[in-house]
Amino acid sequence: MKLIFIFISASLINNFVLTYFLGICPFVGVSNKTENALNMGLATTFVMTLTAAVTWPIYQYILVRYNVPFLEYVAFIIAIAALVQLVEMYIKKSSPALYRALGIYLPLITTNCAVLGLALFMVLRDYNYIESIIFGFATGVGFTLAIVMMSGIREELEFADIPKPFQGISLSLIIAGMMAMAFMGFAGLIRG
Amino acid sequence: MAENNVSLWGEFKKGLWQDIPPFRLVLGTCPTLAVTNSVKNGVAMGLATLFVLFFSNIIISAVRKYISSQVRIAAYVVIIALLVTVADLFLAAVFPAISKALGPYVPLIVVNCIILGRAEGYAQKNPVVPSMIDALGIGTGYIISLAVMSSIREALGFGSILGFKVLGDWFEPWIVMILPAGAFIVFGSLIAAINYISQRKSAAQKALG
Repeated sequence: MKLIFIFISASLINNFVLTYFLGICPFVGVSNKTENALNMGLATTFVMTLTAAVTWPIYQYILVRYNVPFLEYVAFIIAIAALVQLVEMYIKKSSPALYRALGIYLPLITTNCAVLGLALFMVLRDYNYIESIIFGFATGVGFTLAIVMMSGIREELEFADIPKPFQGISLSLIIAGMMAMAFMGFAGLIRG
Repeated sequence: MAENNVSLWGEFKKGLWQDIPPFRLVLGTCPTLAVTNSVKNGVAMGLATLFVLFFSNIIISAVRKYISSQVRIAAYVVIIALLVTVADLFLAAVFPAISKALGPYVPLIVVNCIILGRAEGYAQKNPVVPSMIDALGIGTGYIISLAVMSSIREALGFGSILGFKVLGDWFEPWIVMILPAGAFIVFGSLIAAINYISQRKSAAQKALG
């Protein structure tokens, strides 16, 4: 039951993009076409799930055991960078088609603050191993949802007559504000 | 010498308007949105970022000739992560309340693209002193932006600035301003305002010239 709560909470109620403001750079940068947005979302979900699976043992079995938890930022960022690199190499070898679809997005994920944020939140909230993996996956799903919806709205706006100062990033942010307001409605889903 | 001073001042000044983050260089947006619900948090975040940016620019500029270009990003990230750890421990020891309010956003300075952006875009190509000035300029611009944004949000959301009431009792606080939605809307509107001013300026210059 707790796993379902974690899933709903991380993907909808506490959506990383719209309530914690993590992963705004790709959210604004790659959301101009639905197809790209979907690929970016899938790549991020994949990396997030793996990140949770890898950083949890690193934290519990290395940092805590040797009593150096203050090194967590350095350890996590290195783990994430290495992980992204490995995933890229593996996909390139095993599935060239998938690599063509995700290729350019993978390096960007290293600097996606949602991925590091996920690892930090996981430690703060004391999740166990299974919960952490679910949390990582759900966060990715939430990210995908937000970025795909955003790209849908932006595609519609392409032909709209927007006042000049609002064009581009300014309007994207204001739309994100509206979406954040809509997502606040999900807060009623879980009580107690 | 005088000429040299002028160009250093220019390096400093460009961070304040021409390249002011996060409005012009749309970098470092995550903390901008997350911590600007009160002026105190916003400015504390700005100072922490300035600290990390200042030292990372100095260190990266000093070692720029010894790092081979294939591993540079990884090396920068490690340097930045260590500096952030220092800043985080310092905040936790000296200002525990602020450290608690900022929460995981202090460690997230590691992936604040402003810092990596300045390392990649400036410090790795320039000597130590200009890199230092560049960091001060960009960092100051960032503090100003955070202060402006958090003032607007705090004034509209709580009716106060730095805890002092600035709007009278007649004012009904707009709760939405301190919620995530308000952050996006204020940020988007500020970018639009800056675009409007610079478009007016360049239009005026065209009309004159």
